[in-house]
Amino acid sequence: MITAFLTDSTLCIGCKACEVACKEWNGVPSDGFRLTGFSYDNTAGLGHATWRHVKFVERHAPDGAPVDGDAGYRSNVFRWDFSSDVCKHCENAGCLEACPTGSIVRTEFGGVFIQPDVCNGCGYCVVACPFGVVDRRPEDGRAFKCTFCYDRQKAGLKPACATACPTESIVFGELRDLRERAAARLETLRARGIEDATLYDAAETSVGGTHALFIFRGDPEDYNLPGAPEVPTVHLRAGWTSALVTAGLMLAGTALAFANTTRERAASRSAAGRQET
Amino acid sequence: MKYAYRAVTDTPQGYYGLPLLKAPVWTWEVPAYFFVGGVAGASAVIGAVARAAGADRRLVRDARWIAAAGAAASPPLLISDLGRPERFLNMLRVFKVRSPMSVGVWTLVAFSQAASAAAFADVVAQRTRGRLPVRVVGDAAGVLSAATGLVLSTYTGVLLGATAVPVWSRNVRLLPVHFGASSIGAAASLLELLGHRHPALNRVAIGAALVETVVGAALDRREAPPSLRPATAAQLVRVGAALAGPVPLALRLLAPRSRTARNVAAAATLAGSLFSRVAWLEAGRESARAPAGRVSEAD
Repeated sequence: MITAFLTDSTLCIGCKACEVACKEWNGVPSDGFRLTGFSYDNTAGLGHATWRHVKFVERHAPDGAPVDGDAGYRSNVFRWDFSSDVCKHCENAGCLEACPTGSIVRTEFGGVFIQPDVCNGCGYCVVACPFGVVDRRPEDGRAFKCTFCYDRQKAGLKPACATACPTESIVFGELRDLRERAAARLETLRARGIEDATLYDAAETSVGGTHALFIFRGDPEDYNLPGAPEVPTVHLRAGWTSALVTAGLMLAGTALAFANTTRERAASRSAAGRQET
Repeated sequence: MKYAYRAVTDTPQGYYGLPLLKAPVWTWEVPAYFFVGGVAGASAVIGAVARAAGADRRLVRDARWIAAAGAAASPPLLISDLGRPERFLNMLRVFKVRSPMSVGVWTLVAFSQAASAAAFADVVAQRTRGRLPVRVVGDAAGVLSAATGLVLSTYTGVLLGATAVPVWSRNVRLLPVHFGASSIGAAASLLELLGHRHPALNRVAIGAALVETVVGAALDRREAPPSLRPATAAQLVRVGAALAGPVPLALRLLAPRSRTARNVAAAATLAGSLFSRVAWLEAGRESARAPAGRVSEAD
């Protein structure tokens, strides 16, 4: 069974229960007690110690926009969009392709999993992730990210974050079902006049779709997500072609440079002031 | 009632100006390896070609020794950069053709075997007054080290290019040319500084400097502000490119008879080659720090 997350930002209340449940279940270490000043977001992004991350996007209506009533009801001039981010578990996963130890594998549930007993901390997955998810933990040396609660799924349980979510903003289920559910939800939202609601699943890109689907309002960039993510393996062909051409040039150039060697040998010997032994 | 809400962060800043990507975690050992491995690989190429062309044995031997020494110095650099150095052998439990790092590791393994065999064969050949089997083994190892050396000095460009870091992937075609040319330029320069005056080394170095000059110019055009400039990494890239390209090119062409000019050119090439690799890592760090809005804008 291929499983997935559907994270619906329009239902999220920003309670961070997912962050806490994830940390508790997976024994993820503290990420410090730093206050960022960015709304109520004090974790700032996904990382080796943050596998679920609730984003707080603050939105203002433009100047001169109408305000509902005059009793101080300001809900229409300010809006808060919360969205719980997580590893996308890409169909074509850059980290998995890049991993030189085979530590990163695809599980039977379709998730992307870093085997902690194999990872040697080379750091290549960190730069191979188009979503900036994977991170190396300095005090440990290995790379970490969401495991999709592989252990819980093995035992037939839902991932910790989806279990803890009080509003069903995070839904866990079969990928196919969730795609249908997402489409139905978008229709409902649009019918209610929320026309800027979109599904984010990178299906139209070289990533080939993700196993973590998101519904949110506005542009992906508002949520620190790439508008057009690319799996880095798309660059392999250009890179290796260039390397091959370069190698050919290096060999041919050197051969050409040494072409007159026999004639020049004597000159070279005397110029260096050395005798061949 | 409908009107467009604007995110507080709805500017080129993306989400509070926070980086979308994770910056490379690599430290100085990685660019140092790019340099050492590149020079070693290119030196093996020079050694094999010089041998085939019948150049003097001293040049062949030194080229083989540079290759072997570089091959010996590379693994410690790579291993010390790992988060878990004691697990370095895990690199050899799989071969993944779609992972440039996996390809690179296996290439390095093959190269070190071949390069050290070629260098060792030279020593044995000297002791045994050049018996034929030793020569044959040495030359075969030399050819193998040249073949793997070509990959070793160019794949690092693919390694950087096939990532999500915008400034690297944008230049995926350029980086292998850049690293390959500066590797062979540096290898020829190192041999010159060791006292070899074979004119072919000068020609190799001129060719490499020419390619480096063209690559530098192409980069300058592509990476117009603000993608690389005026940040510090851009200045580093520029200094490295100048040292490996126009500076030695001018010195070698304008003062072809001056030994000093040639030595200065050789030193500049070596410095530029090392420098530009450090600079490219820094440029990658800077590029990965760009907020969401900037990353998509740049492409």
